[in-house]
Amino acid sequence: MKLQKATRYGLYAVLELAANPDEQLSATDIAAAYGISGNHLAKVLRDLGRAGLVDSARGAGGGYRFSGNARRVTLLDVISLFEDISSDTGSGDGADTEIGRALDLVLGEIDDIARATFGSITIETLLKTMRWRQEREARAAAPDLASPG
Amino acid sequence: MTDDTTLLANDNATRHATGDGEADVLVRRATANDLPLVIELDGDNTGLHKPDYWGETFHETERHPGQHFLIAESASSDHEFLGFIVGEVRAWEFGSRPCGWILTIGVVHERRVAGVGSALFDAICERFAADGVKTVRTMLARHDQLNMSFFRSQGMMAGSFIELEKPID
Repeated sequence: MKLQKATRYGLYAVLELAANPDEQLSATDIAAAYGISGNHLAKVLRDLGRAGLVDSARGAGGGYRFSGNARRVTLLDVISLFEDISSDTGSGDGADTEIGRALDLVLGEIDDIARATFGSITIETLLKTMRWRQEREARAAAPDLASPG
Repeated sequence: MTDDTTLLANDNATRHATGDGEADVLVRRATANDLPLVIELDGDNTGLHKPDYWGETFHETERHPGQHFLIAESASSDHEFLGFIVGEVRAWEFGSRPCGWILTIGVVHERRVAGVGSALFDAICERFAADGVKTVRTMLARHDQLNMSFFRSQGMMAGSFIELEKPID
């Protein structure tokens, strides 16, 4: 599945800010961390601000911080701000044919699974999963250090 | 999130610290005396009253090693009923190596988002590990957002199997 650039930037920003709740990060900081356009990210951050997911402080030491509830906000909540991933079936050339309808059933099934997946993963769950993976990789790299006692 | 697990002497019960100022949770094997509360909670959660099913499930788990019917209760003196989980080790269906299946979980509504589900999940995973399996699996309705979010918060992700079905005309 390929998400639009703004969607991906929005997810980067929300997750980076939620992972660092005690810090205020500028658009430049986040853009540098992910190697992405600062101008584009600034526009995305404004959209996130309007949605109540980030807030900003101006001036020296200012920046953005995550202002949503990480246990409640899902990836789908963020994605939906930037693009519509609902099924676009039953429209377009050839959709009103037997084969078009059969094909739409399959495409709808895929979209349904994608929405259920994004809608069930909260910001906190994704960050927790990332930390578990890091810990598992660290244990695999240094098994002697990880063994108890 | 369970921070600490201490094996207790009685009946392989495990004590789970839930953090966030919540009381500890004790997880133990179910007894026949627990069934009325399990049936009531399941009825509240599913809208279906199934005493025969739960009686049969309890007796099956009593008879077969690798089947687990666990109860969560408050570790305080009142031992308040908080929830239950049922699972079993299955092997070779669908070409799968032995793994632990979580068949159902239920937490008292007022005690949700307080670490009870995590304590039950951790406890049954410990028992599956003791049974010798390395993977835990469950199956959910695609639109069951509540349970899907819960199991994902425990680190579960889509596995290598996919469920298919069709109506039989």
